[in-house]
Amino acid sequence: MPNIRNFSIIAHIDHGKSTLADRLIQATILVPERLVRDQMLDTMDLERERGITIKSNTITLPYVAADGREYELNLIDTPGHVDFSYEVSRALASCEGVLLLVDASQGVEAQTLANLYLAMEHDLEIIPVINKIDLPQADIEGVKEQIRQELGLDPEGAILCSAKEGIGIETLLEAIVRRIPPPAGSPDAPLSALIFDANYDSFRGSVVSLRVFEGRVKPGDLIRFMSTGNVYKVEEVGIFSLARLPQPELGAGDVGYLMANIKTVRDTRIGDTVTLDANPARQALPGFKEPKPVVFASIYPLSNDDYQALADALEKYQLNDAAIVFQKDSSAALGQGFRCGFLGLLHLEIVQERLAREFGQSLIMTVPGVRYEFILTDGQMVAVDNPQHYPDPAKIQQTAEPYIRAAIMVPERFVGAVMKLCTERRGENPHFSNPLPGRVELRYDLPLAEVIIDFYDKLKSVTQGYGSFDYDLIGYRESDLVKLDILLNGEKVDALSMIVHRRRAREWAVRVCERLKEEIPRQQFKIAIQGAIGGKIIARETISAFRKDVTAKCYGGDITRKRKLLEKQKEGKKRMKMVGQVTIPQSAFVAVLKSGE
Amino acid sequence: MNSPLSGLYVHVPFCRTKCPYCDFYSVTDLGLMDTWLKAVAAEVQFYRNDFPVCDSLYLGGGTPSLLDEDRLGPLMEVLQGEIKFTPDAEVTLEANPDDLTPARLSFYRGLGVNRLSLGVQSFDESELRLLGRRHTARQAEEAVAMARQAGFANLSLDLMYALPGQTLAGWERTLQIALACRPEHLSCYQLTLEPGTALGRKYGQAGKTLFNEDAEREFFLFTSGYLEGEGYLHYEISNFARGESRVCRHNLKYWRRRRYLGLGPGAHSFDGRRRWWNHRSVVRYCELLTAGKPPMAGSELLTPEQVRLERLLLGFRMRDGVELESLAGREEDLANLASRGWLRVEGGRARPTIQGFLVADRLPLCFSD
Ligand SMILES: Nc1nc2c(ncn2[C@@H]2O[C@H](COP(=O)(O)OP(=O)(O)OP(=O)(O)O)[C@@H](O)[C@H]2O)c(=O)[nH]1
Ligand code: SF4
Ligand SMILES: [Mg+2]
Repeated sequence: MPNIRNFSIIAHIDHGKSTLADRLIQATILVPERLVRDQMLDTMDLERERGITIKSNTITLPYVAADGREYELNLIDTPGHVDFSYEVSRALASCEGVLLLVDASQGVEAQTLANLYLAMEHDLEIIPVINKIDLPQADIEGVKEQIRQELGLDPEGAILCSAKEGIGIETLLEAIVRRIPPPAGSPDAPLSALIFDANYDSFRGSVVSLRVFEGRVKPGDLIRFMSTGNVYKVEEVGIFSLARLPQPELGAGDVGYLMANIKTVRDTRIGDTVTLDANPARQALPGFKEPKPVVFASIYPLSNDDYQALADALEKYQLNDAAIVFQKDSSAALGQGFRCGFLGLLHLEIVQERLAREFGQSLIMTVPGVRYEFILTDGQMVAVDNPQHYPDPAKIQQTAEPYIRAAIMVPERFVGAVMKLCTERRGENPHFSNPLPGRVELRYDLPLAEVIIDFYDKLKSVTQGYGSFDYDLIGYRESDLVKLDILLNGEKVDALSMIVHRRRAREWAVRVCERLKEEIPRQQFKIAIQGAIGGKIIARETISAFRKDVTAKCYGGDITRKRKLLEKQKEGKKRMKMVGQVTIPQSAFVAVLKSGE
Repeated sequence: MNSPLSGLYVHVPFCRTKCPYCDFYSVTDLGLMDTWLKAVAAEVQFYRNDFPVCDSLYLGGGTPSLLDEDRLGPLMEVLQGEIKFTPDAEVTLEANPDDLTPARLSFYRGLGVNRLSLGVQSFDESELRLLGRRHTARQAEEAVAMARQAGFANLSLDLMYALPGQTLAGWERTLQIALACRPEHLSCYQLTLEPGTALGRKYGQAGKTLFNEDAEREFFLFTSGYLEGEGYLHYEISNFARGESRVCRHNLKYWRRRRYLGLGPGAHSFDGRRRWWNHRSVVRYCELLTAGKPPMAGSELLTPEQVRLERLLLGFRMRDGVELESLAGREEDLANLASRGWLRVEGGRARPTIQGFLVADRLPLCFSD
């Protein structure tokens, strides 16, 4: 117990957390050569493709310190992107300390601060680490000053390192042992362990990641999940090494996993407390705050028959991504589905990808939106994150929408273009500063709704990739909202409705109609695409009927080629959805997001 | 289900020059002819037992009329020696008008060829130049006349429409001249710009056609109306016959999923269950056979769903249509397409109308999810 150290590596995105984890791993365990690669803990294909961490990952490292004693270091590498901050906050609940990484060339950034606050909320020991000191543009003194000024920490305690070059790793390991307190808690008290993550294994049921605070647990024990009262017999416990490593038991202070043949997915709840059935803890651990989604979209199975499969997949998925929230939704056009809440656009994208890759779900996702607030004529306040629940316009007294404060950093020459973009997106209250020579930081208040759709793409294109963008939610502001409906041959397609600002309604209507015209294949009959507010048509496109579809060409005996072509078209048709008489490709529902050019 | 009588196809992969619209497999190196001939003779040995009796033989290409007497004679001898043909077998040879002479034609007759398919394409001089054909309009007319004189009572002409700059009136003129000799059969193809061909590159939109949809419709409907008015049966999207007895028996085997053996580079075969196809490269084809190996490049055993798809895709390209059995369970779709005027149900079959022909490639999709 006194020999255990539990800590997370936290930082802004890309400051080098996973690379530092690599060095700490290699300094303590012998990694077989075939397993050595950059960011070893980023095991998901998506993480490797995108070069970012999406999931927190735990690894237990044996370390013999300068004092000659062997320590068990439980390292949790966390994601830096703001959309995955729920992963960070849960990881911190298992720790006594953090390594707060700061990139020596970038300095303190938005998530450096946000993650520092999270660590302080958990009352953790904070070791500032200045990383990437090998870079020529590293500004160690400047960053130390920021650590003092902006983080309020003692820069003299900061450890200098280069995760890439392996500089400062020994010093860091010693600091971890000396400065991070060992876990408190007694192995002899009744078992009290926190579930901070899980995933579902189709053979073995839920694999639960937990931090033991009190007591101990071993195979054969009867355990109880305190929120449900369900009792299970433990099959296996262990720690995370390069792979799962079974152990005879886990005791107070340990971080590891547990399997107990838990086959009903919803019986495992992230944040639940595990205790022993025979000798239960007096009370449950506090668990986690609910995630607060900011972006919302509905998902539907491509075929209505697959609704149950999607429901099952979502439940299993949620075990491994506690940040997603969902509830049933239904659409006249798309049938039964789910309204989901995400922590941001990247989160939304990752969820969609993971559901497709890990669960084989092909989905239709509707245009993402935000949660609006309405004050009705009877004084009642309603929050609406689904255009289908838009209140009766006659009863709306006042509307409000969430705003963010955006911090956009660009080289000076792009300031004009960025200002134009922000103005188009209803930006207000601009502020300018020059944190570094030649670079300008623009601050704008922007409606979140204007940012979640292609803002970042646009920003990158107008700044030729040089713009960086961060934001904080700053609350609701009064707005002037309308509901934009899309009609195909006069029939409203509810899944394409959206809530927009009145001033932007026409522009959106035109854009959606144009996009749909490109996406919907020609059919046996003419299709009218209309955008409407209330009953009033504000945009219109037409897709003419096809009148000829045959190749009068000779194929000789090669029937295979022609059939394969047909098989391909047939596959394509599977990705289509009938809405009334009109066949719409799956892609059309998100295509409206794509920008104009 | 399958009649025991098969069809035999031989691919003659040689052309004097390559036409700018053509993506069929052929080479202009005529020096390979003897090797090819030996290879075909070797290939037929592999299959003689599986396709013992044929009632059609089709020599296609490429340009079969490039084969001189010293090669065509031995080829026919080998084929007739290995495979039994019914006495009334349809024996077609594809010929380019500029290759034909009265002597040639009577030689063909002597070999048992009883059907000529003439690659005329157009009777308009400038169109022929644009298509890179080596014959003139006059030569084409003469070839037809010579064939008649030589006693060919079953003539088919290949024609093309929707050519660059062509008008309906121009196309009508070609049809008029074609009809002067009352051919028993006509194949009228719409020009398609194929990727990798000279015309495809020239007009820069491979896979597309030159005309808009409405103009294409007009060409198609005009062709059908005109030829039906002249007593031809529009029995397949691109094919017309002067009466049931003149439909191309060999091509019907492809479309009705009967057994056929294809010999030569790139040729396709079907034994009722399995499809296979040869290597396209003449050199590779010959190498394999010289080494005693079958020249097969690939094969597939059809699943029931694939069989169903094939029945639909082939059936809807024919006036005869599809047996209702193949559409079991899809009555609603059938009723829907019938109400659109694309299909007609009669005699236990779903037959495409002329409007149905216009969208034939889409019809099978209407019967699958
Ligand atoms: N020069 C230099 N590059 C580094 C160093 N540490 C990390 N990097 C590079 O910085 C990039 C980001 O590294 P990661 O370890 O993936 O960063 P991260 O903080 O885990 O990123 P997220 O998990 O996405 O938040 C990679 O290209 C690393 O090679 C360092 O010490 N020096
Ligand atoms: S159209 Fe006929 S002659 Fe011309 S290249 Fe093609 S196969 Fe040869
Ligand atoms: Mg990382």
